[in-house]
Amino acid sequence: MKPALFAYKKARTLDDAVALLGTHQDARLLAGGQSLIATLNMRLSQPSLLIDINGVAGLAAIAHKNGKIEIGALVRHAQAERDELIAKHVPLLARALPHIGHPAVRNRGTIGGSIAFADPAAELPACLLALDGEIDVYGPKGKRTIRAQDFFKGLFETALGPQEVLTAIRVPAAGKETRTGFAELARRHGDYAMVGLAASARADGKGLRDVRLAFFGVAAMPVRARQSEAALTKGDIEAAVAALDLSPHDDVQASGAVKRHLAAVLLRRIAPQLMEPA
Amino acid sequence: MSDMALDISLIVNGERLSERVEARKTLVDFLREDLALTGSHVGCEHGVCGACTVRVNGEIVRGCLMLAAQCDGATVDTIEGLSDSGELADLQAAFEHRNALQCGFCTPGMLLAAQDLLKRGGVPSREEIRGHLSGNYCRCTGYHAIIDAVEAVAQSRAKGESP
Repeated sequence: MKPALFAYKKARTLDDAVALLGTHQDARLLAGGQSLIATLNMRLSQPSLLIDINGVAGLAAIAHKNGKIEIGALVRHAQAERDELIAKHVPLLARALPHIGHPAVRNRGTIGGSIAFADPAAELPACLLALDGEIDVYGPKGKRTIRAQDFFKGLFETALGPQEVLTAIRVPAAGKETRTGFAELARRHGDYAMVGLAASARADGKGLRDVRLAFFGVAAMPVRARQSEAALTKGDIEAAVAALDLSPHDDVQASGAVKRHLAAVLLRRIAPQLMEPA
Repeated sequence: MSDMALDISLIVNGERLSERVEARKTLVDFLREDLALTGSHVGCEHGVCGACTVRVNGEIVRGCLMLAAQCDGATVDTIEGLSDSGELADLQAAFEHRNALQCGFCTPGMLLAAQDLLKRGGVPSREEIRGHLSGNYCRCTGYHAIIDAVEAVAQSRAKGESP
């Protein structure tokens, strides 16, 4: 199909984008467009105005600031994949990025877009949750920062207000004791995962602490398996698998029972990765 | 409303153009319908099949997931331009030689994705070739012949046999 009629405006600044969002209730921001334009083509979404933010300056940088890595909303997946700061300081993202879509999609798709769209089967929201990251947004009242755990609210639902623009995400730079693991199962490389797992922890002597297991593709949004995290802190992989407190629904990809089984498969793959030095 | 259509200037296959486009027109529809460059194909229209793969500013993109309006000031290369320039000649010959196409619907996208990998240099593993082409569906060949062709070209280019 083809998109329904819409108007198209380029925002020159963030204030411009915020003001334009105020002019049409159903306006949508266009960043990479790799999800949005697909939904327009299928007429799953019919906004009256698209606000192209690709020309807004200052949103495509990656920087090391105060022990954190800040990634601008307009950083493309491919740019992040090649970036040395991310390779060195955010190993979980470095592991996850090659799983996002396909090369042509990663050339356009943006980090901010993936987070703001909040697809329940997408990699980056789960990574951000696993890393206890934060999200900067800018709106009519200025700038505010939201923790990942407070940002994802439900199926494609986030804490973003109707006139707010996601401007950057921040995650802690990995230290010597940081451990991360990432795995997903998809029918074809690059497709949305049936089930995926983004995990982080800190080595503590021979054990682990601050274990964070963020599963995706198993609920309306990325979810942590807290009982499994507690079991893994004690170093018991089988107990962690037994404690998996997920109840995925059936979807077009797999039944809930299959997803639950696959989540256990992923946990068994990732747990040893967390326990080994990176 | 004036924002429903826009004037864009861009370079397509080396030719500078100024066109008026509907805001809702995707890049691939603009290439096919307005410029009669029908080598880029429209398959799924939601980024899954890869048949619409074109190059924008040197990078491969989905022609169905970008608007023509976003290409103001851009340089766009399609299968037509890359065929004429000879950049893909050895890949095209290898595809033909190895039966890496049957109906040909996926071939332009497949060639652009393969060239995107090969122009990085070196000889990628078969696994890397599969990974890089994973976003391009072929419903005829079963892929093996395509991987063979791309691998053969990578090897011949590495030996300096490139065109």
